[in-house]
Amino acid sequence: MIKIAGLTKRYGATKVVDHVDLEVPRGTVTAIVGTSGSGKSTLLRMINRLIEPSDGSVWIDGRLTTDEPAPLLRRRIGYVIQGNGLFPHRTVAENIATVPQLLGWSAARIAARTDELLRLFGLDPTTQAQRLPAELSGGQQQRVGVARALAAGPSVLLMDEPFGALDPIIRAKAQEDLRSIQRQLGTTVVLVTHDIDEAFKLADHVAVIDNGRLLQHDAPARLLTAPAHPQVTLLTGTADRALRLLSLATAADLVETGISKGPTLSVHMSLRDALSALMWAGADDGVVVDAAGQPLGRVTVAAILARGAVR
Amino acid sequence: MTRPRLDLPGMVFGLAALVAWSAGPFVVEKANRIVPGVTLPLKAVWHSGSVHSVFIAYGVLLAVASLVRRPVVRFTAAATALSCLCWALGTVATELTPPDDRVLRIAPGLGFWAAAALTGLLLVDAVAIARLRPVRRVVLLGAVIGVIGWALASGHFDQVSIGREYAANADRFTLELKRHLMLATGSLAGAVVVALPIGMLCFARESMARAVLSALSFVQTIPSIALYGVLMAPLAALAAALPALAALGVGGIGYAPAIVALFLYALFPIVANTVLGLRRIDPAVIEAAQGMGLTDRQILWQVRWPLALPTVVTGIRVVLVQNVGLAAVAALVGGGGLGTFIFQGIGQTAIDLVLLGALPTVAMALVAGVLLDALVDGLERRRVA
Repeated sequence: MIKIAGLTKRYGATKVVDHVDLEVPRGTVTAIVGTSGSGKSTLLRMINRLIEPSDGSVWIDGRLTTDEPAPLLRRRIGYVIQGNGLFPHRTVAENIATVPQLLGWSAARIAARTDELLRLFGLDPTTQAQRLPAELSGGQQQRVGVARALAAGPSVLLMDEPFGALDPIIRAKAQEDLRSIQRQLGTTVVLVTHDIDEAFKLADHVAVIDNGRLLQHDAPARLLTAPAHPQVTLLTGTADRALRLLSLATAADLVETGISKGPTLSVHMSLRDALSALMWAGADDGVVVDAAGQPLGRVTVAAILARGAVR
Repeated sequence: MTRPRLDLPGMVFGLAALVAWSAGPFVVEKANRIVPGVTLPLKAVWHSGSVHSVFIAYGVLLAVASLVRRPVVRFTAAATALSCLCWALGTVATELTPPDDRVLRIAPGLGFWAAAALTGLLLVDAVAIARLRPVRRVVLLGAVIGVIGWALASGHFDQVSIGREYAANADRFTLELKRHLMLATGSLAGAVVVALPIGMLCFARESMARAVLSALSFVQTIPSIALYGVLMAPLAALAAALPALAALGVGGIGYAPAIVALFLYALFPIVANTVLGLRRIDPAVIEAAQGMGLTDRQILWQVRWPLALPTVVTGIRVVLVQNVGLAAVAALVGGGGLGTFIFQGIGQTAIDLVLLGALPTVAMALVAGVLLDALVDGLERRRVA
């Protein structure tokens, strides 16, 4: 868990981050969203003290971050940046072993951990571990960057625009992978992004920051239905907000008992995708099935449309 | 798959070599080592012994080397052609020199030099096209040096004017060659020891970098002869003040001003490349290193230095090649080295003696360049693969 209280960064008279209070519950993903220059990266970097705060405090798992030297603190926190920053002169395995080595793990433990992470991220330990970063594709490099950040099993992972350098298809895949690995490991993630879609897709909570001030910290749906500030509405957009709202819920939320002759919909499908599938088929309702293909009930267009309305 | 292709530069070199070889003066026959002498074209020496068969081989191989661009073919043909040309020179010199004559000199003529240089260009071109891996380049260099060494030791070239000049100066030659190497590498070693820490300090402090780099680049602009001269007075004074130093050979004249000047020249490229190498690293790499909890010292030694190394070695390469050349001028202040032969030769108008100093100097600079280029490439391959 991360607790931030009154965190402020001043450069001369300018406040880049202005008295931010924020709590990130254990095992959740929080996205810090804002335009460039809003102070979102500065806020993130004050958590691992890459930037020292002018004022305020940060606690990680109940421990004040200033209680130990910054390098020791950072070894307990995963950190991923745009362009991944892999060491070009070290192999993939050596890159992943960076923090375990700093922590003085035994060679056998490091080797076992490296293999485990490579498999977790879909890389082959026998062929790809000894490659240099330049020999990998952009998507593979990004995965190695995340694997490296998670090598010593940190409870907290900080990510600064981690998918910014990837093309759209690889980015979507990387986002899904991150979400599934995060669920698997139970890591607490704070992610900085300027992309509101990315925030909605990945985060349990979104913190909107503008001019150094935290405008709203809420569940994604609440940003749409109960924006705390006009700037929040500007950021989420108004044209397709009903559809955005639908994309935040899945068919599981609206499944009702009944029989349908309409198309088959996966229970994990977002309502937005479900609506699109029903419209495409010209049906009023569809059959909701679980991962094994067993029917669970039905979902109707009317119910979906009602869900897209502000209550 | 790669079909042998014709290529224009190769044909131009080949044609020029053919003209120089067939029409230019192949050797110069001189009554003694200082008079100008009579030039002899190819047709005048064609029937010396059985040399014509070697000449024919040269012509054929030259044609192959200039027409075929495939590196293996071009390299083999050009290397063999160059060997034939040189071998023919040795044969001609032996045939034209009467037995027991110690005065007559047979010197290589302009036609020989031009043909040899152009054939050499074809050879270099083949190596460039082949893009050999660093280790193979070094092995090839070793093989070339081995062949040249064997040919010189065989006695086949003893009657060529430069060979005769070598025979007259054999003892001194070895001594001055060692001196030359000592001047070039000793000053380099000293400069590396001093320049790397200075480079690191300059990297850490921008204000220091500006002051130090402009001072060192100023030193670079002083002509070598002037710098040797400028150093004479303070070193002479130092030797006078400290007899112990004088006993070690330090003085205004001799190896001391030479090695100090070479050392000073060497500082700038190494310091500048060290600063550049340490600075020119992807900021994301440094940020990631900090973010993972490497200390500043760990980042310097584990990240910045390994990544800066190829750039630093590039600076050392520049210095070594430059030093081999500048060390030749050291003879002017009594510093010794191969320059001794060059300046003596100029004084005596004995061109053969000049060449005895100049040719090994050029060869040493080439070898230093090839070796360190291979080292830089090897280091860079390690990270871009």
